[in-house]
Amino acid sequence: MVYLVGLLLIVLLGIAVAVAAKLQNVMGNIKSASDDEAPVPNNKINGALWILFLIAGSIGMVWSYLSAEAYFLPEASSPHGRETDSQFWFDMGLLTIAFFAVNFLLFFFAWKYQYKKGYKATFYPEDHKLELIWTAIPAVIMAVLVFLGFRSWTHIMSDAPADAQVVEIMGKQFGWVVRYGGIQDNKLGNYNYKLIDDNNSNPSGIDYSDEASFDDFINVSEMHVEVGKPVSLKIRARDVLHSVFIPHMRVKMDAVPGMPTKFWFTPDKSTEQMRAETGNPNFDYEIACTEVCGRGHFAMRLRLIVEDKASVDAWKQQQKPVLSQILEANPKFISKIPERLRAKAMDYAPYVEEIDSTTATTGSATATSTSFR
Amino acid sequence: MSVVEANLEHDVHAQDEHEHHEELNFWRKYIFSEDHKVIAKQYMITGIFWAIIGAAMSVVFRLQLGFPGANLSWLKPFLGKWITETGAIDPNFYLALVTMHGTIMVFFVLTAGLSGTFSNFLIPLQVGARDMASGFLNMLSFWFFFVSSVLMFISIFLETGPAAGGWVIYPPLSALPQAHMGSEMGMTLWLLSMAIFIMSSLLGSLNYVTTIINLRTRGMTFTRLPLTIWAFMITAILGIISFPVLLSAALLLIFDRHFGTSFYLSEIYINGEALPNVGGSPILFQHLFWFLGHPEVYIVLLPALGITSEIIATNSRKPIFGYRAMIASLMAIAFLAFIVWAHHMFVTGMNPFLGSIFMFLTLIIAVPSAVKAFNYITTLWRGNIVFTPAMLFSIGLVSLFVSGGLTGIILGNAALDIQLHDTYFVVAHFHIVMGAASAFGFFAGIYHWFPKMFGRMLNNTMGQIHFWLTFAGVYLIFMPMHYIGIAGFPRRYYQFTAFDFAKSFTDMNMFISVAAILTFFAQFIFLWNFFYSIFKGKVAPANPWKSNTLEWTTPVNVGHGNWIGEIPAVYRWPYDYSKPGAPDDFIPQNVPHSQTLESNFPHENAYIAQEKEIEAQNYNDQFAAH
Repeated sequence: MVYLVGLLLIVLLGIAVAVAAKLQNVMGNIKSASDDEAPVPNNKINGALWILFLIAGSIGMVWSYLSAEAYFLPEASSPHGRETDSQFWFDMGLLTIAFFAVNFLLFFFAWKYQYKKGYKATFYPEDHKLELIWTAIPAVIMAVLVFLGFRSWTHIMSDAPADAQVVEIMGKQFGWVVRYGGIQDNKLGNYNYKLIDDNNSNPSGIDYSDEASFDDFINVSEMHVEVGKPVSLKIRARDVLHSVFIPHMRVKMDAVPGMPTKFWFTPDKSTEQMRAETGNPNFDYEIACTEVCGRGHFAMRLRLIVEDKASVDAWKQQQKPVLSQILEANPKFISKIPERLRAKAMDYAPYVEEIDSTTATTGSATATSTSFR
Repeated sequence: MSVVEANLEHDVHAQDEHEHHEELNFWRKYIFSEDHKVIAKQYMITGIFWAIIGAAMSVVFRLQLGFPGANLSWLKPFLGKWITETGAIDPNFYLALVTMHGTIMVFFVLTAGLSGTFSNFLIPLQVGARDMASGFLNMLSFWFFFVSSVLMFISIFLETGPAAGGWVIYPPLSALPQAHMGSEMGMTLWLLSMAIFIMSSLLGSLNYVTTIINLRTRGMTFTRLPLTIWAFMITAILGIISFPVLLSAALLLIFDRHFGTSFYLSEIYINGEALPNVGGSPILFQHLFWFLGHPEVYIVLLPALGITSEIIATNSRKPIFGYRAMIASLMAIAFLAFIVWAHHMFVTGMNPFLGSIFMFLTLIIAVPSAVKAFNYITTLWRGNIVFTPAMLFSIGLVSLFVSGGLTGIILGNAALDIQLHDTYFVVAHFHIVMGAASAFGFFAGIYHWFPKMFGRMLNNTMGQIHFWLTFAGVYLIFMPMHYIGIAGFPRRYYQFTAFDFAKSFTDMNMFISVAAILTFFAQFIFLWNFFYSIFKGKVAPANPWKSNTLEWTTPVNVGHGNWIGEIPAVYRWPYDYSKPGAPDDFIPQNVPHSQTLESNFPHENAYIAQEKEIEAQNYNDQFAAH
């Protein structure tokens, strides 16, 4: 029904235009050129329309901004985010002044200097002083803006602080795999893309010839980080380009297959705090993909939970190391681990009666590995 | 004896002229023509054809974004299996639509369509030449473009769909057929089509530059060239230098796709398989692509700016303000265009130091652009403005250029780009400053030079209505997109319901879609006006806009060779409008100073002595004896 009405309106508009055009033609033929006729018809109307557009447009701009404000993201949840936001609005303030001023002059002159028969335009081909002024002023303003941007950029792109929480986030079609260095050593182990095995619980290609990998765990739906402490994201991708975007944190960095990237930030507002501030008990920080990666590009969602240390630790305790998952599903995997490390790897094996192990160690539960059985 | 001699001379003279006047058959006159005016019209019609398709595609994907749950089964006759059982657009095809929309609009409409039409049509006419330096290469340039168009058109109808990795076609997505169905045959055809397109573009550009340098008529020094020619020449140089780099990017991609190389591929696991490629980098493609990609946006924009200069001056009845500054700013923009490309790559993971450098260079480009905008506005000041549709579109272009250009200052700031990259803020920016502004340049050019092209006038009232509807429409479509971008909504998203932070955009997206649909329909006013007036428009006078440039000194129906008899010589710049003391408010370029004693400035009286010299020059008339 709506479509039908819309279609009829368009047809009506088309007819109205055709009639107006025809009318002008007819009128043009009847009237002889009067003294204040411009070389084309409707000149005065068009002149007036510039002013009308100026007024309607200005009102529209202001109104649209005021009504759009509700959609904007809440205050940034990271210090660098607040810094870039305030720089953004400062720059936008300057630009808005220029926008209104320049467009005003354009539209105003168009209306004011519309054709008047007998009027002779002013022959004003150049003015070097004027050119210099309006070259110098934008140049100075640009220099200031560049300096501000440079200052923020170098700080944001600086190396992560030594005490940062290191988390790996890997993009794939169509989701994220988050990897932590594990509660034993808090160190991410090596990876090798040739070891990626979706059927064997190892989507990240963790390399178990590196013993730092043993306690690494992954998660495909959530990332938990401690509030107030820097987070250093190690970003990678395993198939095509992706991009890690955390809108509330003002974080963005591409995930490139074959070239690890990184971004560090400090989340200083916990999820709980945001839930209170926004009045939305279901608020969650989200991570999205912002580099087109195929069919599911629009649905690569990861929840980011920012909470106190105790909660993060508790959550980490509950995560099963990837090695455990692998060994549980496929005990023969132990043979792929270098001999010198097999004993340690066995700590991650599930507690079962028989374990097909070629080492002569006590392959059963030991005190060190109780939490992930 | 003198009679015999006279006859001999006459015979020799006639023979030379007749060398170029053997009657061509239909194919060589209208299809494989070497006449720049025919070629220009061929480019124009093809450009309009592609514009309709590109715009229609945008309406389809705006339907998806504005009315997410809607049943679009009525599109099945057009889109077949790309409309799912539930009446939704297939998510794969959505990406194909946005990709093809970008590719078609940037390359086929606003590069080939815009430059191909106006550079071809105007260069010989405005510099005073019979035709381009090489009519043959010019003809090839169009027909290569045609072949490229056919290939791209075919790709739309493939079973696996056209290319779908965005118009920038970044690998590995575009290199791996298993990553997306658009990366199968669709991508192959895209690359083939673009390779041929680049050949076409190079042939054209080389012709334009050569003609401008070598075939200017007597007295047409560089500082007497209209700004359209300056813009077209600088645009052509931009193209000559930058398009080959896109070709190399495309070639390396073809190698990675079909010959097992690893230029862009490294450490990839996809669809259960670890690929053998190592050592390559997707960033390499981005550098190569954007080395063209950034100059490309100026290739799109500069012709429109040149056209605007000409039209604003003519219709304000005033010289363009700051002719030399306009040339200098064109050159500055062109030079800077080559060294800012990585502002498209701030968050790719490239060395942040590069980010700082490119941020600095990018913000410099704002300065000459601002100068141009101020010069246009000063040209209007104290003018006597006639609102032809061409003038309306030209003034509209200045507004869009300023509005869109300003947001570029935000995006050029690397720190601010972190949040805004790949969001709708970017989409709003480039559509306003490049898409809409150049489209307006295209319209302005057609409205202004239609009488010269077809010997008839377009309907003025329809043109004015077309302008106001389109101008309002463009602002209504793209202004809200800034807000959506600030709110973080990413580009190339099929829908926004997967994320809490994006869920609230329904109303704004619907508003934009409605504005887009209405603006699309408004273009049919133009199409009707255009095609109707070619056949039934009012017959045009010789110089309907009372303009100074040389194209208006040809007959109303311009024939092959442009001028009957000698090509006029040029004695002055093209901007003597409303000169104090002159009886009329314009003095064409081919009027010598000896004939305008009442309006000559003191220093111009000195030029009278040079007139004989100008007329005696060994001029570059291609029809004269070799």
